[in-house]
Parts: sequence; C-alpha cells; structure tokens
Amino acid sequence: MEGWHQLYPGHIPTSPLQKALLAAGSAVMALYDPYRHDMVAVLGETTGCLALPNLRDKMKNHPEGHRILQERPRIHLSTLDMARLQGLPEGSLGREYVRFLEDNKVSPDTRMPPKFVDDEELAYVIQRYREVHDLMHTLLGMPTNMLGEVVVKWFEAVQTGLPMCVLGAAFGPVRLSTRKLQVLATELVPWAIRSGLNASCVLNVYYEQRWEQPVESLREELGIFPPPAVRV
Amino acid sequence: MHFGFQTVTEEERREKIYQVFENVAKKYDVMNDSMTLGIHRVWKDILVHKMNPCPGTLLLDVAGGTGDIAFRFINYVRSVRQRQLQRKLKHHQNLSWQEIFESYQKDEFNSLGDSQVVVCDINREMLKVGKQKAEHLGYSEGLSWVLGNAEELPFDDDKFDVYTIAFGIRNVTRIDLALQEAYRVLKPGGRFLCLEFSHVSNPLLSRLYDLYSFQVIPVLGEVIAGDWRSYQYLVESIRQFPPQEELKVMIEDAGFFKVDYENLNFGIVAIHSGFKL
Repeated sequence: MEGWHQLYPGHIPTSPLQKALLAAGSAVMALYDPYRHDMVAVLGETTGCLALPNLRDKMKNHPEGHRILQERPRIHLSTLDMARLQGLPEGSLGREYVRFLEDNKVSPDTRMPPKFVDDEELAYVIQRYREVHDLMHTLLGMPTNMLGEVVVKWFEAVQTGLPMCVLGAAFGPVRLSTRKLQVLATELVPWAIRSGLNASCVLNVYYEQRWEQPVESLREELGIFPPPAVRV
Repeated sequence: MHFGFQTVTEEERREKIYQVFENVAKKYDVMNDSMTLGIHRVWKDILVHKMNPCPGTLLLDVAGGTGDIAFRFINYVRSVRQRQLQRKLKHHQNLSWQEIFESYQKDEFNSLGDSQVVVCDINREMLKVGKQKAEHLGYSEGLSWVLGNAEELPFDDDKFDVYTIAFGIRNVTRIDLALQEAYRVLKPGGRFLCLEFSHVSNPLLSRLYDLYSFQVIPVLGEVIAGDWRSYQYLVESIRQFPPQEELKVMIEDAGFFKVDYENLNFGIVAIHSGFKL
C-alpha cells in the first residue's frame, strides 16, 4: 500500500509490482483493442524508466532542449493561434501542421496526461513527446492511417528508445495488408530508420518558435531525409 | 468521514461515491468477473439460496444496480413455481387431457406466482445498465426499477417480505440510517439480508488478500475500465467497513432479531441476516 505522494496533478504512485502488471496488462489490452489509446499511453509510462531519463538528459545538454525543460511549453488548441498559423505561407511548419490536423481530423488536445511516471520532470518529457507526435507526422509527411502511424513509430523508436515505440513499431504492422507491408518493409521503414538515426533529437526543437520556418528547411536542419515518393 | 483512505465531509463522500459508480456502471459486471474470477456469481447464488424465497414473495433489492440479485430471485421463484406446478399435475393423474391442459394454461401466466422484486438504486447510470441487461436477458415480469436512497427509501412502512443489499451497504454514508430504513419498510416477520465484503481473520490469508486487493485490483481497473481511482476506492472502502461482529451489533441496534452472519471464503465476504419480529 503506497502513501499518496502525488508529484503532479494526475499522478498515481505505483509499486514496482503494479508497474509490471500494468505494463503487461496494457500491452495485451492495446493489442486486443487498438482503440484503447490510453493503454498505449500507460505502456509507454510504465516501460519508459530507462528511455525517459535518457531523453531528459539529451534535452538538458542542448540549449534549445534546455529552454524547453525550463519553460515547459504545451501544445493545446487553447495555446495555439490557429488563425495565425493558417495564414502562414505554404510549406511553413505552422501552415503544414494546421493542414495536417484538418486533413486527418485530429486535435492536439487528445493526448493523455501522464499518470504513472514517478518523476515530475520526466512526466513533462513524456507529455512533450506526446504533444509533439503530430509534428512528427508533419515533418515526416505521414498521415494518421495505420501505415503512417507505424512509420512514425519506427522513427520515434529509433529517436527516443521508448519501449512502447519499439513495441508499436514491431506489432503495428500485424494488421496491415501484404501490399502495404511490402511498401513498409522496402521503402518506408528503411527511410524512417535512416532518418531517425541521422537526425538530432526531435525533442530539442522549440516548435512553437519555428512556425514560420519552412518544413523542408527544418527537415534539413534536423537531418531528416526527404520522404520516399510513395502513397501512404 | 472517510472515502477509502481519504478524509472528507459527508456530502463530499456521497458525491464522490456517486461519481465512482457513474464511471464504473458500464464495466461493472466485467470488472466483478475479473476481480473475483467469477466467484461473485457464486456468492450471489448463495445469498438467494439462503433467502429461499417462495412464490408470492415481495423482495426489495437495495443498491441493486445492475440487477444481479433480482434476476437470480426471479429464476429461483420461477423454478420453485415450476416444481409446485409439476407436483400439482402429478396429483391430477386421473383428470382428462383437456382438464390438465386447462389447469396448466391457467397457471402458465403466473409463472412467478405473484412474486415481485423492486430494484432500488441511488445511481441512474447503474439502473440504466440494469434495465438494459433485463431487456437483453428477457426479464420483464415481476420486476420494477426505482431510483432511491438507502438512507431514505421512497416506500411505505411494512411493505416487503425480504430486503437485500448486496455489495451496496459499504457505499452508504450513514449505515445506521440505511438499517433503520430497512427495518421500517419490512413487514413484521420480514427478513433482512446483507451480502458484503468483510474481514479476513486468518493472518496469512489476510496478507495474500491485501496483496491481491492493493496490487492487482487497481491495475485491473486501469486496464479493463480505464479507471484506476474507482477501484482504488473500492479496495480501500472494504478495509474501512465494519467487521462481522460490529455489523451484527449495528443490525441489532436497528431493531432486528435473530441476527447472524455466515462467512464465505474465510471472511472475504459475509452474509448477515436478521428478522423484524
């Protein structure tokens, strides 16, 4: 029985046994019912104990990442000036991000807040990773269908080392058709891995201060290779 | 006042508990099966067998939410009624086929023998789930659903033959008031039956039970229902509830006689019984 030492709003302290059970249970449930996004989130939190400190240190040792850790920016519909972003030039990060949200009918507000991370700063790191996910889609030019999500997961797996990304990347393709699997294996995954390895840490980018920057330029700066010319 | 292991006011407690059951209503049955590995079904069966209702009984099932006790009651009186009818038929061996057919017809529309059960719950969501279940399973005759508070029942005095409360009394804020109300609405000769989590005295078993309760159940709540907190509350509230002897005294204080209890599974669950004489 744990005492209620809440480190941040929404925090649920858990024993190692509970974390292990949660990790196993959430993995099974996420596979069984892919609509349980909350289970994917729980899996990420309960298995990230090595990867999250790693990510946090990468951020700490980088000037832009360090600033993000200090200022703790959040990506919410309420904090984004959607009208302004829409007015930005074509090809700019802001314009393409808004286009992505509209085309795929998603919102940055559906990201789960962390519950089972037992460190307040690491809780922010995983929150940042979640909120930046849509920007990954934008940078990689991948839609939110199953194939696109798997490609982004491969990229994120290489970039963050989060076991949840690795599992998602490995098991995600299970539900894809053979034709899509072929495209995935021959073109998309190799590119995602190469880009992930080559690119600097994507969490070290203060996206909120770069809306005007063209996506191509940001890709080059980070080291993400241009996406292959396939329809996803 | 306690809400699980937290300290709150009475009003806050009622509010919080309402929210817990609002959240868990849809997954209530699934969670019961997962947490107890299906054993809760056996406990409820034992309760109704102990009740041993005969056709014509009027049952009030309080905190009856999703209808588990009500459906079992209906099944039980139906089968008792069946046996009654069969015995009657056996005694009519020298009647003509026509006469036997007619007598069977007459009683067929009385398959419950005028038994009735009123399911009363304070939570709309739980009642909703219960009604849907009833429809789905084909229960309609002899069944009523009433929104009400165990501490202040919307029924007249001396109305019911049996009063049951299964896994509900733990969530009542003023148990003494609920017991008084139970006494009030029962007919003289009526029976009070309470099925509830209780205290395990065996030290080894108690440790294992605690381990399972606190380590596994909230995890099940999170994985199956996406709701850790409600199930954390559940296991904490079990620890806060009075043990067998204390509850027995409280029931006696409300005016009941012949108060007794039966432990199931070493005290994980107990059935308390009392009579209004």
